[in-house]
Order: sequence, then C-alpha cells, then structure tokens
Amino acid sequence: MKALIAGLGLLLALAVPALAVEPNERLADPVLEARAREISKGLRCLVCQNESIDESNADLAKDVRLVLRQRLLAGASDAQAMQYIVDRYGTFVLMSPPVEPATYVLWFGPAVVLLLAVGGVGMAVRRSRLAVAPMPPPLDAAEQARLAKLLHDSDQPESAA
Amino acid sequence: MRKSLYALPVLLFLIVAGYFAVPLFSGRDPHELPSAMIDKPLPAFDLPALAGGANISNASLLGRVVVINFFASWCVPCKVEHPVLMRLATKEKLPLIGIAYKDEPAASQKELTNGGDPYLQVAIDRKGLTGLDFGVYGVPETYVVDKSGHIRKRFVGPLNAETVERELLPLLRELNRS
Repeated sequence: MKALIAGLGLLLALAVPALAVEPNERLADPVLEARAREISKGLRCLVCQNESIDESNADLAKDVRLVLRQRLLAGASDAQAMQYIVDRYGTFVLMSPPVEPATYVLWFGPAVVLLLAVGGVGMAVRRSRLAVAPMPPPLDAAEQARLAKLLHDSDQPESAA
Repeated sequence: MRKSLYALPVLLFLIVAGYFAVPLFSGRDPHELPSAMIDKPLPAFDLPALAGGANISNASLLGRVVVINFFASWCVPCKVEHPVLMRLATKEKLPLIGIAYKDEPAASQKELTNGGDPYLQVAIDRKGLTGLDFGVYGVPETYVVDKSGHIRKRFVGPLNAETVERELLPLLRELNRS
C-alpha cells in the first residue's frame, strides 16, 4: 500500500504541464529562450483570447512566438520586442492592461467603489450612533419583582412550550 | 441633501448595469478587436504575385483607394464571403487586392479558378508574416486603404451585404472624393 502511494506520488511529481512551445521553436541560447518565454507569458493569443501565446497551441500564437524570438535574436530588448507586437495588435495583446486614460476605470474603479462603500458605511454608523436614545431610567422595585417572576417562569419546561 | 444620498447606490447600479448592457445589446461580437493599425501607413511588404510577374508591395498600391482582403483556400468563412466579394468586384468595380494568407499558391489558384476571382491582384503571403504586420488574427480580414497608403478601416470576419452597404461603400465614396 505504502509503495503504491509512494509510486503514485512519484508519478505526480514527475508530471509536467504539456507545453505549447514546440522544441524546434526554441532558441539555442538558453538566456534568450528564457527571456522569450517570460515575454510570451505576458502576451495574449488573439485567437483564444484568454490564453497567453506561451500556453496556446493556435497557429497565430506560434507565429507570434517565432517573430518574438526573431526580434530577440536581432538584439531587441524585452520592451522593444513586446512593443513590436503591440504596434501590430494593440494593447489588447498585453495580458496585463497598461495604465492609460482608457483603462483608468478598470484600474481605479474598484478603489473608488470601495471608498464610496467605506464612506457610506461610516456615515450610516455615525448616524445610528447619534440616533441612539438615552438609557431609560433603572427599574423600580415592582418592575424588578415582575421581571424576576417572568424569568423564573420561563425556566419551567412546561411554560417554555 | 441626505435624502438624495439614498439614490446614490441606485445611480451606481444603473451606471454599472448600463456599462454592461450597451455592449450586450449592441450586437457587436466581443471577440472582434479594434485594429492597432487604423490611420497608420500600410506595413512594408513585398510579396510575389499569384499570377506571376512583378511583386506586389505596399508601394505598388499607393495613389489609389484599395481594399485588401486576406483569404485562404482552407478558410471556411472566406467561402461565405466569396459571393459578396464577387458582387462587389463586378457591380461596384471594387479595387480588391487579395492576399493569400498561409496558403499553398496552387490551392489559392484552384479556389479562384473554380469559384471565380474577384481580385485585381493576388499576393502570396506564404508564412503569414505580412498578415502579422497587418495585425491579422484570423481570415478573412479586410482593410480599406486610402490614396496616401493609410489604413482607414478593418473588417474582421466575412463581409456581408449589410456591412458593405452601411460601412464599406460609404467609406469608399468618401475616400474617393478626397
């Protein structure tokens, strides 16, 4: 049993996610290849639209991966290589949208909504504090006795029903 | 003042709901992306012509309004679009330039011979790299280019009679006047 679990564990440990990047696409230089992989993770595949080109098996993703590697081989910096793709496909190819006027609502909207909510709750709490009535006067002897009787009665099982 | 604050959440809700409702009911396909190439000059290309002879390049198209259509023989939506293009070529005398995207030249030729050829010229983009420079992400895609060689409009997916009447033809009339 233990051996079986150990065996399964080993198999799981050895399992790696299937890669979209095909062996013949990879650059011989491991440093450049690592940079290409890193940039690819930030670029959207326009066919599948929710996958990066690093994960996508679409033909277009493969083309973009190859072009990206060509740029890097030609000596482009990471930013230049990325800009090359953005120039053609627009900022939508970036998995993380840039902060620019068109995306202000996207980036700052949640914070604004949070501030509004905090402000609203704060105001409501403050108002309910102000609205609390002053404490009523303490019970007199007769009321005390009545309260004690009521409490005592409710302890009895038959009256609880 | 206090009273009007009660309307604030309702107002916020309406704004958010409107924000989602507009794209939902506009009938626009959310997968259609705006082109990054609008109002930019044509990317440089120099591609062999399917008919042989001189290459077709961005420079060779300068000085006239042209409609560049990316297509492929393997592309099913292109077959849907084909009758529309044929009508545009014959009735409207549309200056259509075809770019065969990632297609075997022999297959493109066979497709045009069998189905009819709406294009003035067809260029061969065997590896799809010119397509990439245009920002093509699926065929068919159609680009309207003005006389100065600037891309003015992109249509993603097959052209249909409605988009032709409502968008393509008015734009071409406007560009031809200027």
